[in-house]
Parts: sequence; structure tokens; C-alpha cells
Amino acid sequence: MNWLTNFVRPKIRSLVGPKEVPENLWRKCPSCGHMIFHKELEKALRVCTHCGHHMRLPVKQRLKLLFDGGAYTTIELPKPAHDPLRFKDLKRYGDRLKDAQAKTGEKDAILVAHGKLQGQNVVIAAFDFDFMGGSMGMAVGEGLVAAAELAILQKAPLIAIPASGGARMQEGILSLMQMARTTVAVDKVKEAGLPYIVLLTDPTTGGVTASFAMLGDIAIAEPGAVIGFAGARVIEATIRETLPEGFQRAEYLLDHGMVDKVVPRTELKETLGTILSMLTHTTAQGEVVPLPSDKAPVKAKVVEKEKTAEATTVQDADFEVVHDGSADKAKPAE
Amino acid sequence: MHFLDFEKPIAELEGKIEELRHLSDADEMNIAEEVGRLQQKVEKQLKAVYAKLTPWQKAQVARHPDRPHCLDYIKALFTDFTPLAGDRLYAEDHALVGGLARFRGEPVVVMGQEKGHDTDTRLKHNFGMVRPEGYRKAQRLMDLADRFHLPVLTMVDTAGAYPGVGAEERGQSEAIARSIEKGLNLKVPMVTCVIGEGGSGGAIAIATGNVVMMLEHSIYAVISPEGCAGILWRSGEMAQQAAEALRLTAQDLLEFKIIDEIIGEPMGGAHRNRAVTFERVGDAFERHLSTLSTLEGGVLRARRREKFLAMGRQGLS
Repeated sequence: MNWLTNFVRPKIRSLVGPKEVPENLWRKCPSCGHMIFHKELEKALRVCTHCGHHMRLPVKQRLKLLFDGGAYTTIELPKPAHDPLRFKDLKRYGDRLKDAQAKTGEKDAILVAHGKLQGQNVVIAAFDFDFMGGSMGMAVGEGLVAAAELAILQKAPLIAIPASGGARMQEGILSLMQMARTTVAVDKVKEAGLPYIVLLTDPTTGGVTASFAMLGDIAIAEPGAVIGFAGARVIEATIRETLPEGFQRAEYLLDHGMVDKVVPRTELKETLGTILSMLTHTTAQGEVVPLPSDKAPVKAKVVEKEKTAEATTVQDADFEVVHDGSADKAKPAE
Repeated sequence: MHFLDFEKPIAELEGKIEELRHLSDADEMNIAEEVGRLQQKVEKQLKAVYAKLTPWQKAQVARHPDRPHCLDYIKALFTDFTPLAGDRLYAEDHALVGGLARFRGEPVVVMGQEKGHDTDTRLKHNFGMVRPEGYRKAQRLMDLADRFHLPVLTMVDTAGAYPGVGAEERGQSEAIARSIEKGLNLKVPMVTCVIGEGGSGGAIAIATGNVVMMLEHSIYAVISPEGCAGILWRSGEMAQQAAEALRLTAQDLLEFKIIDEIIGEPMGGAHRNRAVTFERVGDAFERHLSTLSTLEGGVLRARRREKFLAMGRQGLS
């Protein structure tokens, strides 16, 4: 290697080198091992076409799935505090934040959006698990507070969709306080007479579960989602026995009376719409499908144009979840 | 007396004093003089060591086996203590103790996590690690307080909520969430004091006071230093570093405006002079109760909620 190879080769490579071949055209279902073509998987909302296993759905796809016509408006949230503790473990928290922001293009692990769900105005606060394991720090707390305020302002139901390992350790006690803070926020929605619905997705653990996520008027879970307080490893280490089959999975919680319903992804929107229409005494509306002869209806401002499927694919199902009330425990399996 | 690692020089001096005291045939006068001299030295050392405890050392003091626990405070500061048991749903959890009592004459509801002080009591109280039943009992007691206009005094001392299969099955997270909610919505004064270890969700479940205080050498954190080290450093042995990074001391929390007051401990920690510790905690409770009890229920609730709603808002731009 000399300056010439360093300097010249990349340019030549770009001309004659192998064209970027998408590597993950086929995805292996982590549950049944079935190979699924990526386009087919996206079409199936990342649910295994073979065994029905629900893989994690990126937050923007989730919003697109729930809002009518995939149209929603996100609200601007305050800029996250920059590392109040000046926390440093093997890496600086400030750097971790920047990395996560670069990776996701978002400021922090929550998106707050409003729009119509089966014709009804709703506000959705959805966690982005790809952003530091969806961990809850001050900015996420602020997101939930803002979502609650928006719901009250719009007199709209609030739907919270956690996907989080828990509190963000790197913000120390300030992250723990978000448990109390978010509790006040969702209580205000309830006191305003508005429905507060929680959709528990994989994973919902630690401080997130032990606060706003368990306080919904209605609690819905996605099939197979891990939902719990303490991490399975911590429990195993404490009791020194293997855990029961399906422990902390959505179905297990349903059996133990901790959630109202386990709803497959394909039926989520309809279920939410039906429940909301009854709680708010309105009639559920189907989506407005324009007749072929009609001109294309004026679309609501679609903030998130979904990038190509390839851009957002992969990665998630290969995460190893170590949730135990703390951030960053979702590390890619090594 | 149980000595901590960093108290070794003090332990040696104390050992010498003991030795001297047992020398019966030596010259009485000289011994008294020597003992006095050594005791002065001990005090000097204690003062020096405790004036600059590291966060990790504070964690050890906060967990000191001789440190007074919740029931010790209840015994010392309250009269007519009437423990109340059970969540009316499943079980009685001894890890969270509480009930009706009189505090300096006035009836109150008092509760806290109890760690126990010897093998039997530690097992009985599950080392202060509360199960859902305990948090549901706490909610019951808070309801009772609300109904009969009794102030709520809570004392926090737990490594964390109990992580077990049964606890998960019976909804540990829901129990904690509802406790937080209940505490925030009380229409009576609520005053909290972290007397030892404030461990994560298990602590905040009963720590939503109008006023939250901490003893000088107690700690309060989102995760234990050991747990944090295990996850972020991938090694439990890095707990010292984690303790530094987490900013878990009472002094840190006051700086972050998470707590309202630090109660000074006697020289060498709460366990070295229990009577003084009890007195100071009692006085602080009384002072805050007398201020808070002039406020109307709705105001108490609103102020408490606004206080917690604002936590973490500073720093955002």
C-alpha cells in the first residue's frame, strides 16, 4: 500500500469494482428459519409469511401502517440535552448520541405524530428502537409530555407505542425521573376524558414498562413481544433456574391478565380504530379509497416518504435483547 | 462494628483502643491518657475520610449492614405504630413495611422498604426487595391516607424491586407504575427521605414526595453501579467507575435539583450515632410537614405533579 494505491484505487474501484449488490435480498425468519424475499417481507409488514413471527418494525413504517393513507405530521421536539452527566463508559455518551442521530436521522428515540386513524384524529408517540435501544432519557420524556399536551389540545386520543429497553442509564437519575414525569403526562390525558391506549411492541422493559406503558386505559401487545420489568438474565441469575416457556412474551402477559389483547400486526389498525370509535362515541370509518375515475385526492402533508425498502431493512431481528431497566442493552449479536 | 474497606486505619486504631481497655493490670492513668489520644486520632481520621468519600465509598456506607433501616426510624420517631398488612389481592410483602402511626403527636401514614439487620430478618424482609404485593400495599396505604387526610411519610432503602418469575407474573411493572401514579396524585402532604439506597424503579415507586430528601451518604440511581458496569462495561468489576459516572450521591442529586434537601449525617455515617441521625431526620420531616400542611389538597397535588413534570425539562433547548 502506498499513496498511489490509496489515492487511485478507490476511484478505479468505483468505476469497475463490483456494483453494490444488496446483500440481504433474503431474510431468514429468526423463529422458523424460513427464507423470505425482502420485498415479500416488507409487504407482509415484517411478519414471517411462514410462521407468523413478528419481527421488529422500524418506527416510520409503524406510523405509516397506522395512519390513514400512511399520512401523518410529526411535531418538532426540543433539542435533546447534551449529556447532562458527561457520562462516559467505554465510549462517551455524547458520541453515542451523535452516532445514533447519524444512524437514524432523528434527534432522539421518540417520534410524535398526529393524523387520522380510520378517520379519527389521533396523536401517536412512538419509540424508535434503533436509537440507543429506544431508551428513555429526558428527550423521550419530553416527547411523551409533548404528545400528551398535543392530544389534549386536539382533544384526540393518545396512543403510546413503546419499544424500549428501559431508562437511559447514561442520563442517570434524570432518566429515572422520566418515569414520574411521563406518568403525570398520560394522567393528564386521561383526566381530560381522552382515551390513552398503549401498544406494547418488542421489547418493552424496565423503567418504561414500570411507568406510562402500564397505565393505558387499554393495553394491546404485538404477538411475541417481550414485555417485562426485570431482564430475563437478571431473573435467571437471581432465582438460578431456567425460566418458563414463553416467559415475558405478549401471550404470557395476556394469560396473566397484564394486557387486554394480543393483536397481529395486520389487524392492529382496525382494532385500534374500532376501540377508539367506541371510546369516543364516533363511527369507525374505513379508509377513503378514491374511485379510479377521481382525480387523486389532495393528500395530507406526508412528512415521511418511506425510503426504499432496502434502505430500512434488516438488522432488527438479529438483536440480542438484554433488557433490564437500562439503556443500550440491545446490542447486535456478536 | 463492621468496618468498610476504606476504614482500615480507623479499624486498627479502634482495635488498639479495645486492646488497651482490656489491659487490666497496667497503669490506669496512662491507659486513659492513651485511649483519649487514640480516640482523638480516630475522630480526626473519620472526619478526613468521610469528608471526601468517593461515590463508590458512599454506596458502601449507604449499604452498611449497621446502618439504621426503616423500622429503626419508625421505632425511634413514631408512636402508636400500627403496621398494616397485605394488598387484599394476593399476599403480604414484608419488604415494604408501613401503617398508621403518630409522628410527634400527629397521625400519619408511614412506609418504607425494610432490609432487615440479621439473617432471619433479612430473609423475612427479602433484603428490602419489594414484590408487586408490596407496591400494591403501598397504594392501599396511600389511598387510606388520602381518605382520612393523613400526611404520607416514606423512607426509601432498597437495592431495587425484586426480579423474579412470580413478581413478573403478578405485574411488577404495573404495580410500580400505579404506585408512582398514586403518590403523584395524593391530596395530602407527602415527604420522602432516602435513608440508604434508592434503587431505580423500586425506589421511585414510593419517592414521589412534595419534598424529597436524602441522607448525606445515601445514594439514589437509575441502576445499581454493579448492574450499570455489567451492561456498559461488560464487567461487574467496573462498579467503581460506574458509581462515579452515574452521579448517584445526594450531593449530585441536589445539584441536579432532583432532591430538595440533604440531611447531614453524624461523623462517620448514620450508623455511628443513630440517635443523632433519627433526631435530624425527624426534625426535617416535621419542618416540611408543618409547611406543607398549610396548603390545600389540590394545591399539594398540583405542585407535586408540576415538580415532577418539569424534571429534565431544563437542559433541553
